[in-house]
Amino acid sequence: MDKLVEMKNIHKSFDGVVALKGIDFEVGFNEVVGLLGDNGAGKSTLIKIISGVHSFDEGEMYIKGVKINPKKYSVKMAHNLGVETVYQEKALADKQTLWRNIFIGRQITNKLGFLNIKKEKEETDKIMHVLMGFRGIGVNADSAIKTLSGGEREGVAISRAMYFEADLVILDEPTMALSLQEVKKVLKFIQNIKDKGKSCIYISHNIANIHPVSDRFVAIDRGKIVGTYNRKDISLQELSEELIKYTKSSIQIN
Amino acid sequence: MDNLEKNSKFKKFSQYKSQIALLIMTVSVFGLFMITSPEVFFKGRIYQAFLSTVPIMGLMALGLTFVLAMGEIDLSFPSTMALSGFIFTSTFQATGSVILALIYSLLSGVIVGFINGTLVTSIGIPSIVATLGMQFLIRGFSNIISNGLAKTVALDKTISYKIFAEKLGVIPVQSIWFIGITIFFYFLLFRHRFGEHVLFIGDNREAARMMGVNVNRVKIMVFILMGIMASFAGILSCYRMRTWWPTMGEGYIMMVMAAAFVGGTSMFGGEASIEGTFIGSFVIGSLEAGIVAAGLSGFWTQFVCGVLILASVTIHTLVKRRK
Repeated sequence: MDKLVEMKNIHKSFDGVVALKGIDFEVGFNEVVGLLGDNGAGKSTLIKIISGVHSFDEGEMYIKGVKINPKKYSVKMAHNLGVETVYQEKALADKQTLWRNIFIGRQITNKLGFLNIKKEKEETDKIMHVLMGFRGIGVNADSAIKTLSGGEREGVAISRAMYFEADLVILDEPTMALSLQEVKKVLKFIQNIKDKGKSCIYISHNIANIHPVSDRFVAIDRGKIVGTYNRKDISLQELSEELIKYTKSSIQIN
Repeated sequence: MDNLEKNSKFKKFSQYKSQIALLIMTVSVFGLFMITSPEVFFKGRIYQAFLSTVPIMGLMALGLTFVLAMGEIDLSFPSTMALSGFIFTSTFQATGSVILALIYSLLSGVIVGFINGTLVTSIGIPSIVATLGMQFLIRGFSNIISNGLAKTVALDKTISYKIFAEKLGVIPVQSIWFIGITIFFYFLLFRHRFGEHVLFIGDNREAARMMGVNVNRVKIMVFILMGIMASFAGILSCYRMRTWWPTMGEGYIMMVMAAAFVGGTSMFGGEASIEGTFIGSFVIGSLEAGIVAAGLSGFWTQFVCGVLILASVTIHTLVKRRK
C-alpha cells in the first residue's frame, strides 16, 4: 500500500451524459494535489466518487489499499476510511443550527440513538473557538446557518472536516466566495494538513493561490486527465500557460 | 456583555413568538365558545368529548408533521385508516384475538407506508401524486374486500376495551395515548438521530446525502410512521364506535392538514412543531362542536376554520421572516 487513493480507468456517466472517460488518478500519503480544469471538466464528479456521493460505472478504486465496491461504497464508508470533504455547495442545512450541522451523519448519541445535545454543543463551542476563531460576534452553537455570512459558512464546513481528523481532506473550491484574509486561513489550513502528514485534494480556479501549497497538479479536461505536473518542475507562469492551452483548445473544438 | 445578554433574551422571546401566538389564538377560540355558549363550555362533558375524539385526528396530524418536516406530503392516510380498521375488525371477528387483530392492522399501515415511500424514493413520483393514487386505490380496495358493508364488533366485551376506549378516572384513554405519543414524537424529532435526519432532508436533501444520511431509507421510514399512525387512528375509531364503516376517515384529510399548519409546521420542510400540532389538533377538532353549540349552522365551521388557518399561517410566516 503505497498510495492513499488509487483510481484506474474510472468511467462515470449521468443519464447518458459522460462525465468521466477513463480517469487514472492517485494521491500519495502526505501529498497535496491540486485538481485543475475548466467548468464541467469533471473535477467535482471525480471528488464525489472518492467521497462516496456518486458511484462509478467502470474501473477500479482503492483507498488505503482497500478495494472499493462501487455498489456498496457510501459517504459513511468514506468517513470511516478517513476521507473528509468540503463541498463547493458546503453541504449545510440553512434552517438548522450550527451544532446540528457539525454532527449531522455522525451524531453523538446514546445506545438508543438519542442525541447528547449538551456534548454536541460543547464540542461545537470548542470547534468555533479553536478551529474557526469566532469570538463573541453574535454567532453561537445555536445560530441557524442562514444567519451566517459566506465566509462563516465556509469556516463551518472546513472546521467540520478538521474536527473529524481525516487522512484525506478534499476541498472543492474553498476560496471562491472568500475575502483575502479568509483565503489566507484556508491556505494555512492546507499547509497544516501537510505538516501533520495527512493528504489533501484541492480544487480551485485560482492557480496563484493553489501553487505554493501543492505538491502536484493534475489537469482535467472533458472527463480526461490531460496533464500531471510536479510543483518543483513547473513555475506558476508555466502552469498558467499550460492551462490556458487546454481552455483554448476546448473553446476551439466547441 | 449587557447588550449580548439582552440580545439573547430577545432571541429567546422571538423564538417562542409563534407558540405564543398559537396559544393566544387557542385561548381566544375557547374563550369565544365560553361566551357564546356558557351552558356547554363551562361544563366538563364537552371537554371529555373532545378528549376522546380529537386524539384520533391528532395522531394522524403527528404522523403528518414528520412527513411535512421532510418536505413531503401524504394524502393516503384517511383510506389507510379505513383499511386498517377493516383488517382489525375482521381479524378480531375471525379469530377472537385482539392481539392478532392489532398486529395485522398495524402491519397493513406499515405496508401502505412502505409502498408510498417506495413510490416516492425508488420510482421518484412526487409524494402528492403517489399518495393521491394510493388514497383512491386503498379506499377502493377496502370497499372491495368489505363489500362496502359496515361491521359491528363486540369490542366492549374485551379487556383491551379499557386500554383503547374507556376512561381513566374522568380522562378518556384516547387522550392519554395522544399525550404519550406527542411526547415521544417530540423527542424523536428533536432529540433523536432519526428526527435530525428528517429535518435535514426537508431542509437540504443534497446536503443530507453528502453528509452520509441515507435519504431514501429515512423517507420510507417516515411514510411507514405515517401509515402506522393512520392504522392506530383506525383502531381507536373502531373501539370508540364498536363499528367499522366503509367511509371511515373521509373528511379527515383537510382537518389533519389544517391542524399541522395551524400548529406552525410549514410545507417547505426542515422545520416543524410537534407541540403546535398537538394544540392545533384541539383547535381544529373542537370548532364544529363549538360553532354548533353557539347556535350557528354547520356552514360556519368551514368559514371559521378557513379564517383560523389563514390567520395562524400568516402569523407563523411573519414571525419567521422577521427572525
